[in-house]
Amino acid sequence: MTDVVQLFVAGVSIGAIYAMAAIGFVLLWQTSNTINFAQGEFVVVPAFAMVLFFVVWKLPFAAAFLATVLVSTVLLGLVVKEALVNRLLKMGVLPLVIATIGLSLLIRYSLQQFWTPLALPFPAVFSREPIRLGTIILSWEELMNVLFAGVVIGLLHLFITRTKLGWAMQAVAQNRNLASVLGIRVSRLVTMTFMLNAALTAVAAVLIAPIYLVKYDIGVAIGLKAFYAAIIGGFNQIRGALLGGLLVGVVETFSAAYISSHFRDAFALVILIAVLLLKPEGLWGEKEEWA
Amino acid sequence: MRRWLALAAGVGICALAPLVLEQYKLYILSLTLVYLILAIGLNLTLGYAGQISLCHAAFMSFGSYAVAVLAPYGVPFEIGLIVGVTLAFGWGLVLGFPALKVKHHYLAMVTLAFNIIAFLVIRNWESLTGGSYGISNIARPAWGRLSFQSDRAYYFYILGWTAVVVASAYWILTSRWGRAFRAIRENEMRAAVVGVSLRNYKLMAFAIGAAYAGVGGALFAPLVAYIDPGAFTLDRSIQFLMMVVMGGLGRFEGPFIGAAVVTILPEALRGSEGLYLIIYSLAVILMMLFMPKGLVGIWDGAVGWLGGGKEVPSTS
Repeated sequence: MTDVVQLFVAGVSIGAIYAMAAIGFVLLWQTSNTINFAQGEFVVVPAFAMVLFFVVWKLPFAAAFLATVLVSTVLLGLVVKEALVNRLLKMGVLPLVIATIGLSLLIRYSLQQFWTPLALPFPAVFSREPIRLGTIILSWEELMNVLFAGVVIGLLHLFITRTKLGWAMQAVAQNRNLASVLGIRVSRLVTMTFMLNAALTAVAAVLIAPIYLVKYDIGVAIGLKAFYAAIIGGFNQIRGALLGGLLVGVVETFSAAYISSHFRDAFALVILIAVLLLKPEGLWGEKEEWA
Repeated sequence: MRRWLALAAGVGICALAPLVLEQYKLYILSLTLVYLILAIGLNLTLGYAGQISLCHAAFMSFGSYAVAVLAPYGVPFEIGLIVGVTLAFGWGLVLGFPALKVKHHYLAMVTLAFNIIAFLVIRNWESLTGGSYGISNIARPAWGRLSFQSDRAYYFYILGWTAVVVASAYWILTSRWGRAFRAIRENEMRAAVVGVSLRNYKLMAFAIGAAYAGVGGALFAPLVAYIDPGAFTLDRSIQFLMMVVMGGLGRFEGPFIGAAVVTILPEALRGSEGLYLIIYSLAVILMMLFMPKGLVGIWDGAVGWLGGGKEVPSTS
């Protein structure tokens, strides 16, 4: 029983990080129909930035963190949107898919070539001191990850449901043409969504860096998990991505512990395929209309 | 007329090339033909019928492993190829099913997941596939006394299959089927309204593309003589996708250009070491931005210029 609880908390802790990447992914899809195949690399870039600011330049943690979020928001939000997405947006889904695949390769191999092919260690952000609750042993790191991710996702939720900009985003997600007729500047909102996504991945990067280590190719695994989470939960709902992220984290942790670490990714995939076959709109999504 | 000339020139070059090329270059040319077969399949699925597939490497693995596993039992290569192609076709049908219900991006995910699962299964089913050790010494085909053991003979063998694939693809695309595929790609709802049976054609577009990948995979295994799970990763599937997009989606010439560029470019850039992938990915991004129709656009320009600047009617 204690094992189950400990594994569950560990799974939720990593799942909360996946959820952040998945939520950003879903936001991009909703407002701009972008399937971002570079989402994993969008986590890797801020992770490397954090290494630069925090480990190499030895800035204080808070300053390094803010700088990382800033760099990510500008580079992966503003620049990517203006340079790449603007032109491709009107051409449909496929060109953007290919371009983001290209972007992911470009980021991955540039980091390998011009920075390092090795894994960079990253100091734990939160203490790894164990906490004992009776026989159950948890770590601060796990709890703080959940708390941190929870606060960020909560703030995002408030932003989307309670502010004018958030409402505008929802309107764009529902019907882009109608939103633009109503006087919403769609392009600017899409830019904002890209920046929001980049900020989310930056936070995810800082939390995941001590767990995964920082290496040029960890984005592949992280990106896949964000996809799984988004699809399992529902491609068109933030709550779906949240649920999906947690589910992927928990399933992965349990199957690695109890079945085989060889097939650690396979179980999330089995759930994914079952969901696609039986309930393609996702566990907690809404059906999309024919487009 | 111009098309027939181009065809004759192509066949002539392919037939004479082995006489002048050294061993390694001949190998690269053989590999290009194998990739061409795969790219033609993917172009059918994605370019013509508009259904994305990120698991072409998995379909390819059916062909490769069928040949490699059966050969030691004395099964002729062609039987192995048929087994592999049937498996690929069957799985194409199975994966095509979700394509009936769901839209674009879901299909990308299903096929992506399928490739990862196929990779995991190949790596862990050691009794059949040899796991990560792979299978080596894969025999090349032989017809009685006539053996295709030498590199040159096997090149001609691949060339023969390439001709079969190109001809059959051409036949499919100019038939009722090809028109139905294009109708679905352009507008599903309209195609359904005018009486195109979405269900059958979508399934078939997917399964035929998969079957071609099986053919390519079967030819690939004896060419390289050693296969392991690493040859059939998601990255490989993405490479095929890039190949088709680079060449030009939904154009018959597209896969020819794409396969040639993607196989020969890394050889040309060999001196640049790790820079190859960076240059390549940059090229893909720039091409999407400024030449979304693919390199076939340049080809059109060249042909048009040779033909006195006349517009070349698009086959799509």
